[in-house]
Amino acid sequence: MVKPEGALTWKDIEIGFMVTEPGSASQYRTGDWRSQKPIFDLEKCIKCGLCYIYCPEGCIRQNAEEDFEADMYYCKGCGICARECPKDVITMVEEEE
Amino acid sequence: MTTKMGIEVSVAIGEAVKLANADVVAAYPITPQTHIVEHLAELVADGELEAVYMPVESEHSAMSACLGTAAVGARTFTATAGQGLELMHEVLYVASSMRLPIVMAVANRALSSPISIWGDHSDAMAVRDTGWIQIFGENGQEVIDNVLCAFRIAEDRRVLLPVMVHLDAFHLTHMVEPITFPEKSKVDQFIPPNEYPLPLDPNKPVTMGGFGPPPIYSEVKWAQEVNLRAAKEVILQVWQEFGDTFGRYYSPVEGYRSEGSRVLLLTMGSFSETAMAAIDKMKSEGKDVGLIKLRLWRPFPFDEIRQAVKDAEVLIVLDRAISFGGPGGPVCSEIKSALYQQERKPKVIGFVGGLGGRDISVAGFEEIVSRGIEISETGSSQEFEIFGVRE
Repeated sequence: MVKPEGALTWKDIEIGFMVTEPGSASQYRTGDWRSQKPIFDLEKCIKCGLCYIYCPEGCIRQNAEEDFEADMYYCKGCGICARECPKDVITMVEEEE
Repeated sequence: MTTKMGIEVSVAIGEAVKLANADVVAAYPITPQTHIVEHLAELVADGELEAVYMPVESEHSAMSACLGTAAVGARTFTATAGQGLELMHEVLYVASSMRLPIVMAVANRALSSPISIWGDHSDAMAVRDTGWIQIFGENGQEVIDNVLCAFRIAEDRRVLLPVMVHLDAFHLTHMVEPITFPEKSKVDQFIPPNEYPLPLDPNKPVTMGGFGPPPIYSEVKWAQEVNLRAAKEVILQVWQEFGDTFGRYYSPVEGYRSEGSRVLLLTMGSFSETAMAAIDKMKSEGKDVGLIKLRLWRPFPFDEIRQAVKDAEVLIVLDRAISFGGPGGPVCSEIKSALYQQERKPKVIGFVGGLGGRDISVAGFEEIVSRGIEISETGSSQEFEIFGVRE
């Protein structure tokens, strides 16, 4: 994307507001919607992967150490991972400014 | 070669769409539009028009199908009327916002209830804010010519907007008129192949109709508004070129014996024909009255209207639709707003008439003019008056 949406003027708008760059939705920071964030207590984690399966945003991955973590650029803070985790690894805590 | 024949206007529209080499017709039949799409279905079935005819299950589907075909760059035509246009309503906004050059003939029909298959402008007025270009025809020839112009206007790179060509139910749709069809080779030159700049193409993917959150929605809408207003210049150019090529010239606002008239009557659509006869009669009786005919409804021709009526003292506007609970008929309301800031302007008197297919005769127009003059002198307690309603 050439300019972020908030910087585009009306003259920059493509015909019919078409998006000409494929896959540009990955640039959309859905993490901005979040009011709570998931905190992982990895000592309790049995690596069942349910958080990864249930995350509607698909933003939970295993890192190089094979620990599960959420990509905060996309995490909307829905809390489904915390709800589904059988070992209470994940706690939702308020985002602070 | 140019041919002239007596033909029903609806059938002639089918022929005009064939002349314009439409690629797709997606439509649902509804009185009084049916003969248009029926004839197109025949032309496609008989192999006379090499196009895809898509019979769909509703007008909502018809317009949705048109979005898809226009988006791949196919020259797209449809037609509807009355309730059909209303069922399309939400999709109409999508067509204009996505800048898809669809051409649609609208056989103007009254809206339910009570059920009326007959003509007025309620359907056209209900979609005036959908972002389409709207052109009103006065007779069959104007409709045919403007269907051809509509493809040219819609597909122009500077426009890329859908166009409605309006024709009044029955008074035009079912009328057999002498129609001049231009030569095919000249039409091919006048309407070059459709080259939509960003068509849906797997090799060069684009996203149409995406998400517009608050930081961008206003910019998108303003770009759309600027674009529709700017389309007027192109419409004028296309009409000029059409006239130079085929000999029939069109303008957004046309005067008929209006020069220097103290009183002006303003009409839109097929009623202008009867109104002209009424003006002739009144002129012959020494009455100082002329006619203004409005052809381009969106984008609204503010400058042309101001210019056309500035020297008159009284302007009597006839609407064929009611804006319920509002300031009067939509045309009259628009004209009042166009003139409000002008220093020199006529008194504007609004009438609504011709609803649900009711005729207004020459005598009727005479009555409207004399009552209009009376109101201009004595005033009226109402925002507008309705013509011909039995007390």
